Amino acid sequence: MSYTKRVAGRGFDEARPMEAKVGVIKRADGSALFKIGNTWAYAAVYGPRNLHPRFMQDPSKGILRCSYNMMPFSSFNDRVRPGASRRSKEISLVTQKALEPVLNLQDYPNSVVDVFIELPLTEAGSRCAGICAASMALADAGLEMKDLVSAISVGRVDDKIVVDLDYSEEAYEGGPVADIPIAMMPNLGKMTLLQMDGEVTKEMLQEAMQKATKVCKDIYEVQKAALKQKYATTNGDE
Amino acid sequence: MTGITVQNKAVVVPGEVLCEDMGFLPGQGTYRQGERIYAGRLGLANVDGRMIKIIPLSGKYMPKRDDVIICKVTDITLNGWRLETNSAYSAMLGLKEASSDFIQRGADLTQIYGIGDYMMCQVINVTSQKLVDVSMRGPGLRKIKGGRIIEVNPYKVPRIIGKQGSMISMVKQELNCNIMVGQNGLVWIHGEPLNEQKAIEAIRKIGQESHISGLTERMKDYLQKNGVR
Repeated sequence: MSYTKRVAGRGFDEARPMEAKVGVIKRADGSALFKIGNTWAYAAVYGPRNLHPRFMQDPSKGILRCSYNMMPFSSFNDRVRPGASRRSKEISLVTQKALEPVLNLQDYPNSVVDVFIELPLTEAGSRCAGICAASMALADAGLEMKDLVSAISVGRVDDKIVVDLDYSEEAYEGGPVADIPIAMMPNLGKMTLLQMDGEVTKEMLQEAMQKATKVCKDIYEVQKAALKQKYATTNGDE
Repeated sequence: MTGITVQNKAVVVPGEVLCEDMGFLPGQGTYRQGERIYAGRLGLANVDGRMIKIIPLSGKYMPKRDDVIICKVTDITLNGWRLETNSAYSAMLGLKEASSDFIQRGADLTQIYGIGDYMMCQVINVTSQKLVDVSMRGPGLRKIKGGRIIEVNPYKVPRIIGKQGSMISMVKQELNCNIMVGQNGLVWIHGEPLNEQKAIEAIRKIGQESHISGLTERMKDYLQKNGVR
């Protein structure tokens, strides 16, 4: 009964302030920036393009390849050692698995769509920010997609269910904490990522998932507005 | 027109609901789930009678039969040339299709087209696995000499060409340049260096402003102000 107020005066169901922009990287086929509080994610999409090494090619459909990378200066704590780590490899994989269900790469046999996610500033919820940015970048690249993917981390801090945990909450010491990153297709209501670190009861998990669904719809609106912003002037005739 | 939830010619993003009426049919770039029709990609929603489709705004070129494209030679094999097409797939130019002249058996292929050469060619076949065959036999299909090549959004190519080539012939005439536009988004420009530079700017301008109405008029003014004469 001790966790009564969140650090930045946020409500328990309130996500950090969000900002999104599309077309931030000129040379990429599609790109986006997604900011949520102090977590910033850039995503760049290249392709569909020729895939090498050849043994990775799939003759029945194109493949998706994701890379998640935290920049050395991105953390509030120690410098992040550059290069791949066990953690970044796992996140790259779950990002790919979270985005694959919306993409239709049937028309691109033997090719690859590369997604590079770079994080210049991180404070919790970085995989979710990365997924949000990547799905906008994929749409910008003109790929066939069933829906966008929106992601948020929810969880419990002590006895409260909270949305979009920040670092101080992830590291809360006064009681049990659970961090549950969720990615979903907001229009179709399907989940594509569900992970958990910590401990929760069944009831708490259900409540958390409901809240995530609601927030994902808000994120979708932010993503949609950003995409339309880039092509805003593209509505006249012709 | 009930049930349509978006404006005609509005930008839509994947997952956006376009229509909630069984009386409409999902066209290209859309899909139906239950009563609703959803957007399946980013683009402009287009309602045509009972059909809703999406006009794409971005994306890579996808080789299509009969397209005339600009390619670059990347490799020479025993039976032809491998060409880079500005898409996910490379194309094959066979010996038989390489020119209207007869090529002797065992001839030195580098003498005909070398690595790095650009050429105008036509797609004659695309298989399900996206093996692309191209031909150089046809009017206007030839190796490209001199000038420069720029890349544009392949979905803007029809705008750059204009109706019956009106837009591109205007640029050609005003800037005294020779220009060829490939369906794959590569554009070849040849003329005086200064005019080439002006032509590049003009083509980029067409690509950027293609959606604003009165494009032809604006380009006419622009070219008259910035043209050679």
